[in-house]
Amino acid sequence: MNPTDITRPDYFHKVVDCQWACPAHTPVPEYIRLIAAGRYGDAYLVNWHSNVFPGILGRTCDRPCEPACRRGRVEEGSPEHRRNAAKPEPVAICRLKRVAADYKEDIRPRLPQPAATRNGKRIALVGGGPASLTVARDLAPLGYECVVFDADAQAGGMMRTQIPKFRLPDRVIDEEVGYILGLGIEFRPGVRIDSLRALVDGEADGRFDAVFVGSGAPRGRDLDLPGRREAAAHIHIGIDWLSSVSFGHTTRIGRRVVVLGGGNTAMDCCRSSKRLGGDDVQVVVRSGFDEMKASPWEKEDAQHEGIPIHNWLVPLAFVHEGGTLTGVRFEKVRPEQDARGRRRLVPAGEPPVEFACDDVLVAIGQENAFPWIERDLGIAFDDRGMPVVDRQTMASTHAAIYFGGDSAFGPKNIIWAVAHGHEAAISIDLHCRGEALSNRPAPHVNLMSQKMGIHEWIYDNAIHADRRYRVPLREVTVALKDIRTEVELGFDPRLAYAEAQRCLNCDVQTVFSDRLCIECDACVDVCPMDCISFTANGDEADLRARLSAPATNLAQDLYVSAPVRTGRVMAKDEDVCLHCGLCAERCPTGAWDMQKFLLDMAHAADRVRPSKHAPAAAAAGAMAAD
Amino acid sequence: MTYLAKPKLHHPGLPQNVLGLTRRDYEGAISTLCAGCGHDSISAALIQACFELGIAPHRVAKLSGIGCSSKTPTYFLGNSHGFNSVHGRMPSVLTGAALANRDLIYIGVSGDGDSASIGLGQFAHALRRGVDMVYIVENNGVYGLTKGQFSATADKGSRSKRGAVNSDEPIDLVLLALALGASFVARSFSGDKAQLVPLLKAALRHRGAAFLDVVSPCVAFNNHPGSTKSYDYVREHNEAVNRLDFMPERDPITVDFEPGNTRDVVLHDGGTLKLHKLDDDYDPSDRVRAMAYLESHRAAGEVVTGLLYLDPGAHDLHAALETIEAPLNAQGDAELVPGSAALDAINASLR
Repeated sequence: MNPTDITRPDYFHKVVDCQWACPAHTPVPEYIRLIAAGRYGDAYLVNWHSNVFPGILGRTCDRPCEPACRRGRVEEGSPEHRRNAAKPEPVAICRLKRVAADYKEDIRPRLPQPAATRNGKRIALVGGGPASLTVARDLAPLGYECVVFDADAQAGGMMRTQIPKFRLPDRVIDEEVGYILGLGIEFRPGVRIDSLRALVDGEADGRFDAVFVGSGAPRGRDLDLPGRREAAAHIHIGIDWLSSVSFGHTTRIGRRVVVLGGGNTAMDCCRSSKRLGGDDVQVVVRSGFDEMKASPWEKEDAQHEGIPIHNWLVPLAFVHEGGTLTGVRFEKVRPEQDARGRRRLVPAGEPPVEFACDDVLVAIGQENAFPWIERDLGIAFDDRGMPVVDRQTMASTHAAIYFGGDSAFGPKNIIWAVAHGHEAAISIDLHCRGEALSNRPAPHVNLMSQKMGIHEWIYDNAIHADRRYRVPLREVTVALKDIRTEVELGFDPRLAYAEAQRCLNCDVQTVFSDRLCIECDACVDVCPMDCISFTANGDEADLRARLSAPATNLAQDLYVSAPVRTGRVMAKDEDVCLHCGLCAERCPTGAWDMQKFLLDMAHAADRVRPSKHAPAAAAAGAMAAD
Repeated sequence: MTYLAKPKLHHPGLPQNVLGLTRRDYEGAISTLCAGCGHDSISAALIQACFELGIAPHRVAKLSGIGCSSKTPTYFLGNSHGFNSVHGRMPSVLTGAALANRDLIYIGVSGDGDSASIGLGQFAHALRRGVDMVYIVENNGVYGLTKGQFSATADKGSRSKRGAVNSDEPIDLVLLALALGASFVARSFSGDKAQLVPLLKAALRHRGAAFLDVVSPCVAFNNHPGSTKSYDYVREHNEAVNRLDFMPERDPITVDFEPGNTRDVVLHDGGTLKLHKLDDDYDPSDRVRAMAYLESHRAAGEVVTGLLYLDPGAHDLHAALETIEAPLNAQGDAELVPGSAALDAINASLR
């Protein structure tokens, strides 16, 4: 193999599994260390710059970082796991984020200020959800006049209307949406855009230089089965019902409730029902439990509240008596592989099953709807009715119109909406300045030695054996009484510190210098995870098989050096490295060093903001000077 | 050295041996030696050898004298017996322990100061008596603990870190061991585990006095140009006479060397050594020719490594003394204290 080029930002970025997996590439280990140090405000701001909604995401994020977390892999090699005494689990990254939001000091003085002068460009943002708010946050400090249109009375979009209050209280949304609107952004409540052409032409609000569409996936999929029309009064579309509950229009539901669907919306529906008078609430899913779309922790939360989940049942009909719903009939199915290896559901050959109920909530998916976009505007749509959007620039085929969030590629989640928003903001800024969209700013990358003394590092390199800490919950009986009572209490500072210490600091990289190595084997001998080998070079497949421990996880790279004195190469498997720094501590010549790799994605507003990780006082000063 | 305890986490795919133990189960406390010390590599090789042989850690006794090398038994086989004895006196303590309990495996760890200077007499007598042990000298040619004076194994003409030239003749412990009748003699290099681990495995399975001289660079005081015990010097002058693979009796023999150059040697316990010749002139069963070979190559400044001499049929001290099979701690009071009648009988037989 050729020597690894560690100057390529992607190499070390990929080693930081959590940051690599995060759509917004939040520097996770950096803020976890700040939480451990009790610097909650600093931790919050690291998050705020990357993902805009730390308090909201700390409660609701789909957390793609956690399945990626290296901690989950290395705990498979623990003595407890060997005895089957413990299950390997990632760091509770998401809930640590909430700690930063819960315990921070007043960070408002450290936020960017509204631009002192406008640059004369006007941006319209359709929909007041996470994608639009991210675009506005990134553009407003540059002097853009941002106007956000939303049909609802308050900004927040699906974060406010679809996520139940017992998971995400209004005060958290108010605070974080407020930080953004406070940047001099104009919010137009209660305005539904019925014609994109009228908006682009500036009929009502004057001309805009660019339009961002962040209107989400607002249409819940229906289930057209016998009895649907007759019993309509007691059959509700999940997301519509949730927003009606959120606004306080719906306050009750029948005693017996069946929720159809296996995604996170279904979980929100069943848990909300349980709080509005449904004491016999059941979830019925077509697929098996493991194949359900809902996140494992959301399924757990529903079960914890005593809600049974029934699998392998396909709905056949809504059963009613003269228009009054009495139940839902299902057919039992089982999975079968067809000739092409795809899974199909086939009837199990058992008599139909009926679930008696008073209300049904249909939560079987969401769709996009763009009846308000004229098809002759210059925006190309594909055969599924979705706009053609560039995955990197978020640009449509119309030069001044950009998409993001669920309206770009269909339903995803908040953190994806934020990532889309950052990219769209960069594109809109480039567009308005007359530059090519391909002229995108590179991420800010820094690699810095962590050595302080002979055995001293700037980071805490000891590996803690603690297992994942559970987030304390409010007692079920109390939690179920009021739909606005938050269920999770969040980590307190003591638990947060303990959980933060489980983080392996994967951003503190092992950096090897072949010219300094004397091949004493000290690093090989001390490495607890058998990551390091000195061996004859070869192609990747050959080398992977010949290491101290065979490198079988192909998703993780090998770090290969130039030849050392004996002509061999150093090959390190990044897969289960603990980043404990023992190799560097045992190296007599300093050929190994532990260096912190900090990668900040470029954001549009960085053009006027110096460094995001400047010390607190300096950063505040710099922003005031802006 | 480091202040951090080695994490208990290990590679998820770490193999287990016949006892269901992993290599990590054979480790000891984290080393307090200088970073990069060759001795730590020897500890790692011992860990690997004991793991691969499936030796139960509690059936091993580690004995040592004084010095950097003699500290190392703390850093491997944390679940074995250990005795850190007086300077140069490890061989007598080991001999005593071996006589009392022949069921344990004895590993004596010593250094060039401990064995070639203060303990030279002890070294000589333990070998000539054929005590069943693995005697390892971690040889760096320097007194590391007292900041780098020449030891008795430093080559004549080699330079200290401060530039002084050694004017004394070196003691070659390998030649001495051959002369004294050790039945397993080898030399290796801490920086070459591919050679060292099979040698240690063979030595652990050999019955009789096995001696290993392991050149082990001192990174702090003897790893500079002008030293003949530095990583660079040993790598450049290493003359390996053979390559070894140790096959425990239960494993099928799979290594396939070129025919004609490989010899199988069956040990007492049924294990097989596959000895692959790298130098056609070298015969490890011929003690006299081996000594001549070693002497001539030493004069040329070469470091001859490999299995240098082996007598697989050797007798050990227990055979010579006709001691009983079971260890003393397994004997009852009646056997250990036979009473005055038995003593009278012995006395009478001698009148």
